[in-house]
Amino acid sequence: MKLPVSWLREYVDVDIPVDELARRLNDSTAEVESVEYVGGEWDREKIVVAEVLAVEPHPNADALRLATVNTGAGEQTVVCGAPNVAPGQKVAFALEGASLVSGKTGKLETLKRAKIRGVESSGMVLSEKELGLSDEHTGILVLDEGAAVGRPLVDEIGDVVFDLSTWANRADLLGVLGLAREVGALTGKEVREPQTGHRESEARIEDRAQVTVEDPDLCPRFTASLIEDVQIGPSPAWLQERLLRMGMRPINNVVDITNYVMLELGQPLHAFDYDLVRGHRIVVRRAKQGERMTTLDGIDREFDSEMLLICDGEGPVGIAGVMGGLESEVTENTRNVLLEIANFYPGSIRRTSTLLKLRSEASLRFEKGIGRGTPLFAQQRALHLFEQITGGRIAKGLIDVYPGKLEEHTITLPAERIERVLGIHIPPDEVQRVLTALGFRCEQQGPDTYLVQPPYWRPDVEIPDDVIEDLVRIYGYDKLPTTKPLGALPPVEPNPVLDARESLRNAAVAAGFQEVINYTLTDMAHLRKVVDPGDDLRLQPLSVVNPVASRHSLLRTTLRGSLLTSYATNQRQHDGGLRLFEIGFEYLPTEADLPHERPVLCAVVGGHRESRWRRSEGEQLDFFDAKGALEVILDMAGISFDVRPASHFGLLEGHTADIVCGKDTVGVLAQVHPETAAAFDIDEPVFLIELWVEDLARHVREDREYTPVERYPEVRVDLSLLVDIETSAGDVVKVIRSHRAKNVRVEADIFDDYRGAGLPDGNKALAISVRYCPADRTLTEGDVARIQDGLLKRLDKECGATLRQ
Amino acid sequence: MAPIILSIMTATTNSIETLRKEALETLEQTGEAGLDQWRAEWLGRQDGRVTLLLRSVRDQPPDERAAFGAAANALKNDLEDALNQRREALKKKQLETLATSGAIDVTLPGRPQPVGRFHPVTQTLRDIVAVFGEMGFRVAEGPEVEWAKYNFDGVRIPEDHPARDMWDTIWVDKEIGGRRDMLLRTHTSPNQVRVMERQQPPIRVVVPGKCYRQEATDATHEWMLTQVEGLAVDEGIRMSDLKGVLYEFARRMFGQDRHITFHHSYFPFVEPGVEMAVDWPTADGGTRWVEILGAGMVHPEVIENAGFDSSRYTGFAFGIGVERVAMLRWGIDDIRHFYQNNLRFLRQF
Repeated sequence: MKLPVSWLREYVDVDIPVDELARRLNDSTAEVESVEYVGGEWDREKIVVAEVLAVEPHPNADALRLATVNTGAGEQTVVCGAPNVAPGQKVAFALEGASLVSGKTGKLETLKRAKIRGVESSGMVLSEKELGLSDEHTGILVLDEGAAVGRPLVDEIGDVVFDLSTWANRADLLGVLGLAREVGALTGKEVREPQTGHRESEARIEDRAQVTVEDPDLCPRFTASLIEDVQIGPSPAWLQERLLRMGMRPINNVVDITNYVMLELGQPLHAFDYDLVRGHRIVVRRAKQGERMTTLDGIDREFDSEMLLICDGEGPVGIAGVMGGLESEVTENTRNVLLEIANFYPGSIRRTSTLLKLRSEASLRFEKGIGRGTPLFAQQRALHLFEQITGGRIAKGLIDVYPGKLEEHTITLPAERIERVLGIHIPPDEVQRVLTALGFRCEQQGPDTYLVQPPYWRPDVEIPDDVIEDLVRIYGYDKLPTTKPLGALPPVEPNPVLDARESLRNAAVAAGFQEVINYTLTDMAHLRKVVDPGDDLRLQPLSVVNPVASRHSLLRTTLRGSLLTSYATNQRQHDGGLRLFEIGFEYLPTEADLPHERPVLCAVVGGHRESRWRRSEGEQLDFFDAKGALEVILDMAGISFDVRPASHFGLLEGHTADIVCGKDTVGVLAQVHPETAAAFDIDEPVFLIELWVEDLARHVREDREYTPVERYPEVRVDLSLLVDIETSAGDVVKVIRSHRAKNVRVEADIFDDYRGAGLPDGNKALAISVRYCPADRTLTEGDVARIQDGLLKRLDKECGATLRQ
Repeated sequence: MAPIILSIMTATTNSIETLRKEALETLEQTGEAGLDQWRAEWLGRQDGRVTLLLRSVRDQPPDERAAFGAAANALKNDLEDALNQRREALKKKQLETLATSGAIDVTLPGRPQPVGRFHPVTQTLRDIVAVFGEMGFRVAEGPEVEWAKYNFDGVRIPEDHPARDMWDTIWVDKEIGGRRDMLLRTHTSPNQVRVMERQQPPIRVVVPGKCYRQEATDATHEWMLTQVEGLAVDEGIRMSDLKGVLYEFARRMFGQDRHITFHHSYFPFVEPGVEMAVDWPTADGGTRWVEILGAGMVHPEVIENAGFDSSRYTGFAFGIGVERVAMLRWGIDDIRHFYQNNLRFLRQF
């Protein structure tokens, strides 16, 4: 909504600086998006008001004329191309040397003396375009007749225009008067309502027209008046100027008045050509399914049975609250005008305009909810202007069909509530002052209660807290102190999955992984690269109706594609290892409920081991680098795990393991299949860790188990064990670690896996560092020999392992 | 060197002196590596020359034995001292060399280590959550794919309400019972309703999470974004508390000397509704108000819908855009950087 300060001043005095006014409006009423100074760049000396004294034909050009003007400093004759220049007009005139926007190039140029088709011309009668007011340059700008000749143009029509973004519940602020009321309340100035009052003719509207509202649920009020014998023509300059400043094109006086009153009061109006309203009857009803009409913009539209139409005796003549029909439109031939001012159910207007994709100035106002009392005032105001401007005669009376008349609405506001909600006491005289200034009726009932009646233009005020909002925004949010909430703290809602997720995030960062966050929407081509063709759940993701782009049309059911994409994005830009991870959801569809948002940590690692000074000459990272990272991450998160060889789509067979906690599989560790990697343009070995947070969360050690620090020295022995090549190292280590002998714990770490020369066929040698950790004594050589003997017997029995000689 | 005590000047003692001279001269010539060998030659337990000398005490005439023994012992002690001193001197010299000709160029780069970092959105989100955590707000979460009844109706934005224009919605293509009711939440506010469904006052939560908007992206708009919703409901919760809590937030996030102001705003689920702005330093040394978040007092209808008595319980709510806060605190020029995952961007945080 634009707010020209010149127009605002018609209803309320403004004696504070413009930027102060903007600040106050922004704090209390609506967002001030910009402040534009109209005419700020006009040269005061060289762009002035002039009067056209005479217009003569140009001797050498039919399309041009010679206009003689009085600039206040003397007379000048200039060449003028505008068809609408005429003697007696007050016009905007540029003297030689003025800076203007060129009608041809659109750039700022200095006006020079020139010969135009043989006639010397040293000044210029200006159009809106040259003044930067609009793109209009076919005709000159004609000023109001009262303009003072010789006065700087900026003083005559210069202005400040605020661009306001108003809120969705305040239709009244889409009218200058509504904003003036806010300014009045903010500055303590009286508001002057616009003039009303007109003479009525002998004709009675009841005899001339009839209105029936068939669907009162969608049309709470419908008023109509009749203006006869209007003289259709251009509006006076002041009116045109105001419309232009609001970004609206003047059309003719009848249409301009309806637009003007809408901009003034926020209430849309519609003028019908009375003689084209068949049967002189208006019927307000829902459309029949499939009914059609051509709207003012020339488009043929089809309606459904929930859309409200304005019809005449034979058929639709307008879409209620959205746009009128082409056939009954006011034209230059119109003589009699039927003026509709109504109130419609906001949701219905919004539904209709949304479905028809037709947003109009009218629908934008109706959908926000206009007060039901407003049409009456708008009629009075419009009829006053019709009489003044069109010379029309106004039929006696008004048709006012008002099925949705509301009971008088009084809100009981306990004084205590103000303090309870805001935390401050507002003195009763301040409460009275603010509410009265905003047009409320406010009575104090005893010391503790206010009885408040909102004005007819504020249907948004329904409950005591609405009144409190009006109070505090005008009284000033800056008067609120900063306090701390009192009262007890709530109990903690346990959330083990969230806790596990965040400790995994910490652990991944500590293990050297960079966190990434990807878009959660993807597409099918992307999913197919990483999802098993047999995985029906993940290959039938939820899709969205209106994606921002087709590559973001499906909710991802795996994070693998996201991470491999991030890896590919960065693989050329890093030296050494590339380690990335993300924690996000897989969105797994369910039958008839919201999807299961399954939290997953997905990490990828590849590249080279960090070597000295950032050269990629270290050896390639491998599966065991990924596994080492996994061990760090899960250890820090407090989770013990095992791995088990596995086979999965997109992962390299023989280099893939399930991560297991107890009986649960909680994730996957693997080398990404080189073909899958290649599908993401990754041309080096890349390894993947996937952890399923919900499953892991069940295995987080609640508390770290403390064992007293051992006081007796442990004994280390390195063993080289010969085992079958198929025997997994993990099983051997597990047997050693499970061995117990009389308060001696046994630990084991593998430090080599040797295969090849010097070994019996089908065997490998595992080098293991074994530690014997006594709890209660210092071990003798004999103790160690005895324990190791027992251990080797078990290893032979359970793993077929023998000591390599 | 300890004084040498000689009671009787004899040929034998003279030979001890010769021995001493020789031993000390060779020691002076011996480097670090030869010291053990020198020790073996002179002081070796089996056949060190001084050891042998000591052993020969028995061979001396009885009246000279005492003096000879004393002199040989003194020699042994002196040589051990000299050896130790020689070791010390050599070590010291070596350290001196390290500090001079062995000096390294300390400006050469460090050897790279794997370094992990949190995404800047995570860092900012955690900082926000921590600030409110200290004020007693617990973390709760809610679904990103949401029902319209929570995203809109439950927070007083019915169908055909113009406030729906404030959030351009991405709808999920799934009809249940002939209705399309599933969407990607446009804000975290549905969690006001969800939290009140499962908790009783006193309620104090922050709800972080992703939200989605059907809108064109540019330097300040992104279709996927992160919000933190805050909600406090209890007896005696006042708008001044909201101001106090947000003031604390602003100072902790943006600096102790920051100020805040409320501008009037409208969200259907709060009454009164405000936007909070922070004074932000400008290039010319002044400040300007920068809007950071929307907030307000929970609408009594939302409180009633949760089954609480709105004449007894009041509440406040706020919604913070995490990317916006991150952009402000670090001066990030383009919101689209966040989800491109380019390390050149991510490594800076």
